[in-house]
Amino acid sequence: MSPPALSILPQHPRASGGSLPLQPLLHLDSLWIQVAGTLCNLRCTHCFVSAGPGQDRHELMARAEVRAHVADGLALGVKEFYFTGGEPFLHPEMIEILADTLPQGPCTVLTNGTLLTERRLEELRRLGDAARFSLEIRVSLDGHRAEDHDRFRGPGTFARTLEGLLALERHGLLPIVTATQNTDEDPLELRERYVRMLREAGLRRPRLKLLPLFRLGREAARSRGYEPVESLADLPEESFDPARLQCSSCRAVTSHGVFVCPLLVDEPAARMGRVLGEALGRFRLAHGACFTCYVTGMTCGNA
Amino acid sequence: MLRLAAFGGIYSNHLALSAVLADIGRRGADLAWCLGDLGGFGPHPDRAAEILRGAEIPMLRGNYDDSIGNDRADCACGYTDPRDNLFAQISYDYTAARTSSDHKAWMRGLPEQHRMEAEGRRLLLCHGSPRRVNEFLWESACSDAFLEWLCDRYEADVILCTHTGIPWHRPLPSGRHVVNVGAIGRPANDGRTEVAYALLELDGGLEVEFRPVAYDHEALAREMEAERLPAEFVETIRTGWWTTCLENLPARERRRGRH
Repeated sequence: MSPPALSILPQHPRASGGSLPLQPLLHLDSLWIQVAGTLCNLRCTHCFVSAGPGQDRHELMARAEVRAHVADGLALGVKEFYFTGGEPFLHPEMIEILADTLPQGPCTVLTNGTLLTERRLEELRRLGDAARFSLEIRVSLDGHRAEDHDRFRGPGTFARTLEGLLALERHGLLPIVTATQNTDEDPLELRERYVRMLREAGLRRPRLKLLPLFRLGREAARSRGYEPVESLADLPEESFDPARLQCSSCRAVTSHGVFVCPLLVDEPAARMGRVLGEALGRFRLAHGACFTCYVTGMTCGNA
Repeated sequence: MLRLAAFGGIYSNHLALSAVLADIGRRGADLAWCLGDLGGFGPHPDRAAEILRGAEIPMLRGNYDDSIGNDRADCACGYTDPRDNLFAQISYDYTAARTSSDHKAWMRGLPEQHRMEAEGRRLLLCHGSPRRVNEFLWESACSDAFLEWLCDRYEADVILCTHTGIPWHRPLPSGRHVVNVGAIGRPANDGRTEVAYALLELDGGLEVEFRPVAYDHEALAREMEAERLPAEFVETIRTGWWTTCLENLPARERRRGRH
């Protein structure tokens, strides 16, 4: 079930000064690796890490650096790995990094699906077939119509992304389409609309994950940032359930160190340490994005 | 030596339950355990409850039993997709309305986990995972490192679980084991109409056999149709392919299926 609607949020949250919950890391289930930094071939208007061409605020991570974080994660009993950016397939050694990691645990790559060459698809198929663990390719779509998606991601990207999805399915990789819920539409109707469009486009077995919008990065400028009332201040302690938030079970590493979650990699207060061993402490849920996570019960993970 | 039969996910499939119990009897297990989830999906939930209680097979309280037993609003299965939740709610409402108060009271009192020792090994029987009753432990989505951590943290040499509906056995580098015993209420998304349970032989080592059991699945399909349960569920019983609750399957398990 999706988490139940909350009746326990404060009725009149104070703008500031209220006490904010301290979030423990219960266990490291998911290790997010921002392997491509903020480098991307697209410049989406809602990108929560403001990635784009020439954006090197977070740099590409070296293969050896990734290996070291993966080893640290395994020592802590990590369950699965997620590779993100920017666009992971801009990393010249993305395939090699997957070849290093996939024998040790499930891997998911979050991509915009526009850079999938035939050679790369063949390599991904080979890796996926050989591994004991699942290799997931998640592809972002931001509308079931080209004009909606292209408004966020740039002209022509909808068609290119659909081509990428079809190519992934032809190579047996069964991609997960990740769609942001950027309208107020009922989730079930939204889902059916996406599935219908994807089937009409030729995808035989569409898989779908819906995500809420986060008012971070470029999205904050596109629509608005978080309001002071969008806060977990004064949430009654007895009603606070740490497991409802993905930061109870994840950390995200970038070239700048270890962050509490993959969303807050540009928040200095969310940097937990240089390496995982230093980043296992509690985190004060002070950000507006923490409010979105808590209210929606969402996870950036696959399921 | 201990021969332990373990199964989960009956999902109201009383015909499969009878066939599985008969097979366990023929195989001469020392002990049998049901790891929870008596209801859901299939028809006439009280029939399976009567068979299981009549056979005096011990059972854990799965998420479904916890919800039904406590009259909760939904099954707490842990799906995130809206279509999966829609189908889950249809079977939950059907099951909740047709489970007797006596069976509900029995479900409420069931243990969430069970520990036992055999052949010098510590066994932990749970429903989803040792840490959460509705956690999905899929074979392709759990690193060895994670399963080793579960064994360490919950002080077990052998963990038995169910909840996902697809059986697997992982001997770990440390010599410990995790076994997902599968579900007997619906086929394992493998295009076969049989269901499977796990037969464990603990001696010096641990041997696990997943026993496929045929039952009169056509009779069950007709009962489900007579009860106006969703055609999608009936198709799964007749074909062995899952049609719903698919969105949380990892790629590897999903690829093996048809939908």
